[in-house]
Amino acid sequence: MKSMRYREAVREAIAEEMERDSRVFLMGEEVAQYQGAYKVSEGLLERFGEKRIIDTPITEAGFAGIGIGAAIVGLRPIIEFMTWNFSAVAFDQLLNNAAKLRQMSGGQLSVPIVFRGPNGSARQVGSQHSHSMEHFYVHVPGLKVVAPATPADAKGMLKAAIRDDDPVLFLESETLYSVKGDVPEGDYVVPFGKGRIAREGKDCTLISYSRMVHVCLEAAEALAAKGIDCEVIDLRSLRPLDEEILVQSISKTHRAVVAYEGWPYGGVGAEVVDRIQRLAFDELDAPILRVTTLDVPMPYNAKLEQHVIPQADRVIAAVEAVTYRRD
Amino acid sequence: MKEAKTALEMYRMMQLIRRFEEEAARAYSLGKIGGFLHLYIGQEAIAVGAAHALEATDSVVTTYRDHGIALARGMTSNAGMAELFGKVTGCSKGLGGSMHFFDKEHRMYGGHGIIGSHLPLAAGIAFASKYTGDGGVTMVFYGDGAASIGATHEGMSLAALWKLPIVFVCENNQYSMGTSLERSISVTDMSTKADAYGMAKDRFVAEDVFEVRDRLKVAIERARRGEGPTLVEILTYRYRGHSMSDPAKYRTKEEVEDHKRRDALNRLRADLDASTDTRAAAEALDASVEAEVAESIRFADASPEPTADLLEATTYVGEFAR
Ligand SMILES: Cc1ncc(C[n+]2csc(CCOP(=O)(O)OP(=O)(O)O)c2C)c(N)n1
Ligand SMILES: [Mg+2]
Repeated sequence: MKSMRYREAVREAIAEEMERDSRVFLMGEEVAQYQGAYKVSEGLLERFGEKRIIDTPITEAGFAGIGIGAAIVGLRPIIEFMTWNFSAVAFDQLLNNAAKLRQMSGGQLSVPIVFRGPNGSARQVGSQHSHSMEHFYVHVPGLKVVAPATPADAKGMLKAAIRDDDPVLFLESETLYSVKGDVPEGDYVVPFGKGRIAREGKDCTLISYSRMVHVCLEAAEALAAKGIDCEVIDLRSLRPLDEEILVQSISKTHRAVVAYEGWPYGGVGAEVVDRIQRLAFDELDAPILRVTTLDVPMPYNAKLEQHVIPQADRVIAAVEAVTYRRD
Repeated sequence: MKEAKTALEMYRMMQLIRRFEEEAARAYSLGKIGGFLHLYIGQEAIAVGAAHALEATDSVVTTYRDHGIALARGMTSNAGMAELFGKVTGCSKGLGGSMHFFDKEHRMYGGHGIIGSHLPLAAGIAFASKYTGDGGVTMVFYGDGAASIGATHEGMSLAALWKLPIVFVCENNQYSMGTSLERSISVTDMSTKADAYGMAKDRFVAEDVFEVRDRLKVAIERARRGEGPTLVEILTYRYRGHSMSDPAKYRTKEEVEDHKRRDALNRLRADLDASTDTRAAAEALDASVEAEVAESIRFADASPEPTADLLEATTYVGEFAR
């Protein structure tokens, strides 16, 4: 085990895969000379040279498309979006090229590409820069979407993403980059489609991913003090989604709260709720509640922003509601 | 000196923008302002020259580097500073922040965060002017970094095709974040993009605010006559980093100093200082700017924050749609 920050774990995964496979390269805005807008790619230009660590102009649709084109003829690009917000201008490339080329070609083509970057809220960056883009992308068959919460998963899942023969959207978080954790040494690869029990408990299941896992753990500690023992599931992978871990946990706790960033209309949370009610209807003792970003664009004002972003106190209230500790 | 009254007006506004932003940077380091803060210091001659070339009935749209043009169009320092402080008295009620200054009264249609996306939007305002025949011209500002992205070109393509009354102003400060011009675009004379669309063009350095005004005026009048858009590339320089978190290590101190020596604000001040009358007037304006900026800080500090009920009320008109 080696303790490192989330950003270092991402960097290590990129570097190790680039060492292993000369077809892997990193492309995006400010990834090379500037060393990354969030310093994820720090040192990589020096190590791998400008042929493989490539700065682009502000052309998301352009370089996303170039990545996809290079991928169908055998390269294995890692495309960094400075933040996932900016993938919106490249949405067509992800939707119509990355996700469709395999099936549209009758299975002739593979698109082994990784799109990655920070997702979700940051701090007071306003409505155009605070999007949780996973909810748009999980809708699309042909894409895989993962959102690790810890340095270990960041490293292991990014390595899996780079080795995957389908397009993988890898969602990081600006507010997670400095989080530290133990990362196994050696060729550590975490397969997709498997959730993780972040905390065991018996009274209620808290389901989350990415930054919000840490908020759920904080809420679980506070609830433990009130005598409610929560199990916290870190989904890690949003598409594919681990149904087994959900059913197993709900069979034990009989109650669930899904907590994540993103608006309440549709999205990952609605999908999780649908799967649970279909697969474990008889196990449920209460309706499943969701704790989400409030149903409005993100405001700049610091207090309002915190009000809009889901917080531990809202998670606690939801757990108290499904365990009938409050009405 | 020529046009002494206008010179003093322009001087005051350039000085106001600079001092407003210097104090904003200080407030940022004190934690009174959060998120992104992109300073316009060094580029003031463009906003001020533009504001003097435009009519009150014309419209402007810009990027997240928006404080300068907002103030130059007539937004009060109080409304601007309060927005940075996230207060309800701010121009966007504290909901937008530094990147999203809006001032409908002065036809300042934002402050936009996604590179290039505001050019089609601006073309839409120009389209409406043509549609209604209101005689208005729209001026849209964008950075050198936005010259490569698709929306920029779609906006220009349509504006040229339909001869919309719009002026595209490329504020070429030679960097997009840490990427120099040479590393971001194959043809660094960005006014040549106009050729592809059969648009008129112009290109010059923003060292003299009068020149900025006069050359933009040519483009504005062309648009007003119904002769279509112009692309004006104005060479300039930002003295600070891209945003508050950028130490700007990608350029040399000498390069920055060289540009500061050709500062348009200092140049205008030197011209004013050449005669005792205008010198005294400029000194008085300095004092009034200091008072205005200090008052804006006090006002922003003392203002109340927006409350949560504003959130739904500003998402839809009328009843909130679920
Ligand atoms: C589509 C998109 N991609 C990336 C960004 C992040 N970003 C914000 S400003 C900027 C640099 C822009 O440079 P330029 O257009 O030259 O304007 P300047 O900042 O110099 O005024 C970048 C890459 C963004 N806002 N939008
Ligand atoms: Mg620039």
